[in-house]
Amino acid sequence: MTDTVPETKRPPVEDWATDFDHTHPDYAANAPEIWDDLRERCPVAHTERFGGAWLPTKAEDVRAIAEDTDRFSSRGIIINDFRPELDIAPRGYAPPITSDPPFHQEARRLLLPPFSPKKIAEWEPMARACCRELLDEVEAELAAGGDVVDAATAYAQDIPVRVIAAMLGLPPEDGDKFRVFIHRILETPGQHEDLDPGETLVAYLSEKIRERRERGADGEDLISYLLSVEGPDGNRLSDEHVFGTIALLLIAGIDTTWSAIGASLWHLAQHPDDRRRWVEDPDVRLFAIEEFLRFYAPVTMARLAAEDTEVGGCPVKKEDWLLLSFPSYNRDPEAFEQADEFVIDRARNRHSAFGLGIHRCLGSNLARLELTVAIEEWMERFPDFELADPGTVRWSTGQVRGPRCLPVRVLGREVSA
Amino acid sequence: MKISYDRDACQGHNRCYQLAPELFDVDEEGYAVLLVTGEVPAELEEKAKLCADNCPEFAIEVEA
Repeated sequence: MTDTVPETKRPPVEDWATDFDHTHPDYAANAPEIWDDLRERCPVAHTERFGGAWLPTKAEDVRAIAEDTDRFSSRGIIINDFRPELDIAPRGYAPPITSDPPFHQEARRLLLPPFSPKKIAEWEPMARACCRELLDEVEAELAAGGDVVDAATAYAQDIPVRVIAAMLGLPPEDGDKFRVFIHRILETPGQHEDLDPGETLVAYLSEKIRERRERGADGEDLISYLLSVEGPDGNRLSDEHVFGTIALLLIAGIDTTWSAIGASLWHLAQHPDDRRRWVEDPDVRLFAIEEFLRFYAPVTMARLAAEDTEVGGCPVKKEDWLLLSFPSYNRDPEAFEQADEFVIDRARNRHSAFGLGIHRCLGSNLARLELTVAIEEWMERFPDFELADPGTVRWSTGQVRGPRCLPVRVLGREVSA
Repeated sequence: MKISYDRDACQGHNRCYQLAPELFDVDEEGYAVLLVTGEVPAELEEKAKLCADNCPEFAIEVEA
């Protein structure tokens, strides 16, 4: 790979099988190659970093962990040097993603209706308008001189921010703040001990929730909904529950979808045949979107072992971390034909980009909508483009993987479908 | 062709509803609802197979 690897404070990795570090920039740039190598020779990698963690790379092991909520707890889902306190279970910090059964199901059911496919479809006009507005800005920038634009920062990153802000009833201009919070939590966890407490996600959201309560939670947005909805016991949700869920909705929907849009554009920039097929064959798009999700699945989750157990023959100790690499699952040749090839019209595609089991991504319908609309609108406007300089592409570290710097050169602006 | 759907295995990925809205609807929580009982209409057999082949939770089975 020629992609840029930035400076890091993380110690170098000697061997990915015994010392892996998914927060190291080398992992960000080369993750698919690392999974393939581990899957063949390992296939469950280990590290002493983060107080002990495992990285299974085979689809069958990933599925087994995702489906076994007794042995593998969601109390911790972002690996870092500290384990969440035991007494936070079964709710966890951000229900329902950090919740275990039976609490999980109750917390999740409250959120399913607003994220169901038919409800999410109502957001399509807003998402499409947002893409077009961003593309107008890109076009204005190109008209002002030059033919290169950073598709990650000038386009992909803003789409999910604007949509989730609207869903939560938060000001769209706070988008930059959201991205800072998310970068700290997901991409560089445990590397920010010296923060001003006033500048954190906790402070920001606490203030917004307080404002909403004082104003009367009567809006149609999700914060109002959570403040007014009754749980299965007939009571309002606890403050911790409301806060944790709003934090989850804000964090989970932005980096992830930004990554999927960016990685899809990164792919299209380098594959003229796939660009042509997308433009000429609208029927292929449904399949292409799922193949983007398979091949560039952005999200890796984590679990904590609830007991001494084993995974793929490896001895896992209680409280060990486990990375749940859905991206590696999606590249396993035992689960997919031609697993290492991007096949734009792949008809059999049982991918796990949105997870498996009871924690299936709550926002999957929203993510799929945003990804589809974002690629449709980009390809409508700029059907021909290439990487401006592969050496300047930079991938995120941590459990959400996507290009964070993606300069592309827009070609032949007269080309039409 | 026969089709069966396991509601307990379904996690609401909605791949079937996307691929074949003629065969699957979704309820208000986003779980699939099979619209045909047993036999798949001949013109929908390919779509039924796609649903079975793409369900991440193996919740759909077809039998020729």
